[in-house]
Amino acid sequence: MDLAGVIAIEVVYSVASLILISAGLAVIFGMMRVINLAHGEFMMIGGYATIVSANAGVNVWVAMLVVAPLTVGLVGLVVERLVIRVLYGRLVDTMLATWGLSLVLVGLATMIFGNTTAGISPPISGFALGGYQVNGYNLFVVVVTVVLLASMWAVLRLTRLGLLARGTMQRADMAAALGYDPDRVYMATFFAGSALTGLAGGVLAPLVGLVPTTGAGYVAEAFITVITGGASLIVGIVSSATILGVVSQAFTFATRPVVGEVALLVTALVLLRLLPQGITGRFFRRAT
Amino acid sequence: MAALNKRDFLKGGSALALGALASPALVGRAAAAEPIKLGSVLDVSGIFDGYGKPMDMALRLAVEEINAGGGLLDRPVEVTAYDTQSDIALYTQYAQQLARRDRVDVVHGGILSASREAIRPILRRAEIPYFYNVLYEGGVCDRNVVVTGVTPAQQVAVLVPAAIERWGKRIYILAADYNYGQITARWMRKFAEEAGGEVVETDFFPLDVSDFGSTIAKIQTATPDIVLSALVGGAHLSFYRQWAASGMKDRIPMASTTLGVGNEHRILGPEADGILVAYNYAPEIDSPANRAFLEAWGAAYGDTGLVNELAVSNYQGVTLWAEAVRRAGTVERMPLIEAIESGMAIEGPGGTVVIDPKTHHAILDVHLMEFRDGGAVILETFEQRPPIDTQAVCDLEANPDDDTQYEIEI
Repeated sequence: MDLAGVIAIEVVYSVASLILISAGLAVIFGMMRVINLAHGEFMMIGGYATIVSANAGVNVWVAMLVVAPLTVGLVGLVVERLVIRVLYGRLVDTMLATWGLSLVLVGLATMIFGNTTAGISPPISGFALGGYQVNGYNLFVVVVTVVLLASMWAVLRLTRLGLLARGTMQRADMAAALGYDPDRVYMATFFAGSALTGLAGGVLAPLVGLVPTTGAGYVAEAFITVITGGASLIVGIVSSATILGVVSQAFTFATRPVVGEVALLVTALVLLRLLPQGITGRFFRRAT
Repeated sequence: MAALNKRDFLKGGSALALGALASPALVGRAAAAEPIKLGSVLDVSGIFDGYGKPMDMALRLAVEEINAGGGLLDRPVEVTAYDTQSDIALYTQYAQQLARRDRVDVVHGGILSASREAIRPILRRAEIPYFYNVLYEGGVCDRNVVVTGVTPAQQVAVLVPAAIERWGKRIYILAADYNYGQITARWMRKFAEEAGGEVVETDFFPLDVSDFGSTIAKIQTATPDIVLSALVGGAHLSFYRQWAASGMKDRIPMASTTLGVGNEHRILGPEADGILVAYNYAPEIDSPANRAFLEAWGAAYGDTGLVNELAVSNYQGVTLWAEAVRRAGTVERMPLIEAIESGMAIEGPGGTVVIDPKTHHAILDVHLMEFRDGGAVILETFEQRPPIDTQAVCDLEANPDDDTQYEIEI
């Protein structure tokens, strides 16, 4: 019975971390159709922002939840103004540009931090669940993810800002005709997507050994989740992360971590074969 | 015994030369003598620079010390170093350059096993002695090569019985999923069974796995007495964090063959406390040779924080080569190899290092240590451990023309 509880926690954590990793990408790719191959590097920067500021004496919660998203948001802003802005609507070009950007960012991080592993300890200790010890920080990641999803939903559905963003993404010309500057809306949305990515990097930083090349490990998972999810932003990533997370954890527990990874990829392949528009291309079509 | 062989002749010759140089008027000319060329190929940039940089610093320090002491055979030693940028293709290219254009007298370098196997045949063909100074999976049998790093059997033979004696018999093995991890896991099983232990489970992880939650739960289900880790690299460092974060650190003790080689225990800090390891070197070793080494490193580079197992291994490799040159009285290949095979020893920062003539691998001290407060506490020193894994497959005295890397059957 204890084991069932432990497995449940691990599965929920796995789903939550997939959502967290892909939320920023869902905004940038899902809403804006910009393929940001530097997504993993944005997370890496969020991680370093957290570790550097925590080591400099900033409260670790502030470092994770405030410093990391702000830093990466600003980086995203600069990138949007200098690179992405001139490439809207040119899918392949953005891919090439952001791929180059990811190489530059890895190089810069290596120059600044060196190619050694950095990290901080998780600020929450483990707890006992029956006869098992559970990583308490995993639950924190779950809570952050839930709060994040709720606020994303609220902003997109309930505020004028969200309406404006969604409207501009669908028909930029109409938004412009109504007197809103699409350029500024794109800028703000890219900032928000980058900040979400930075938040993910910051929150996951205490769980990993961070190196400048860490991002490469995230980018594939994030794209798989977002593409499998399909058009709807929130319901899309939640449904795909749930399916992928449950499948990969089930196989990991039953066999080995390698098999779990393979199972995740096979599931994504099968899903995309059956539902080429993603899960929300067929189901929950009217959801956000 | 009347016949004078080439080696004796050269020895005599160099003794004469030494005698001649003892007169002060000629000392000035020694520095002007043609330098001995030492080639080095290391990843000083790219993803492996964390290993390559300290090794490069150690090599230069060793050469500086040799030159400050008057050089070798009254000739200065000149370093020709190439940065292979963590790119295997560049190893081949630079090894060719060292052999053909620079015509160096010896090559030190290579980090990953793949890089060693890329340059080993080139240097063998060019008849340039090659020193590979990194801990690795064992099995290279080549008379042109000298290996000064630790092999799994040397480490594991010390580590596993010590862990079993301390903590109990049931063992859970975690290892990286490539040849080093696979081979090391096999040695762990063998030594565990010899010491009366039992391996309850072995899990292998690709190098990019960084989520170990399910593994930690599985380990708890298996209730082992000990966790043995041969995890490698930045992503795998997450395991130690998640292990400590779930509170398991104080419940099931751990021993590792890899943690600390790149000074990872300093990053982990208290999360690495109590983990048992066995290496040839730790900065905490209290010996005159190590104190002198650290002092020289500090004088040359300021901070000694980068000193690690691989750096010292490279330093000891260069020192061994220099000693062999002194013994042979020449940098010529065959006399040098014969000098190495004469059971030569040096006193390095990690203790006495002897080259085993049959395998050209190092017989060295292995220190059993425990991490505490970001440092290591030496618990016990096992002196002069032979490379029994490679010895089981390699005998260069019987087959001097051998040049294979054997996969060791366990």
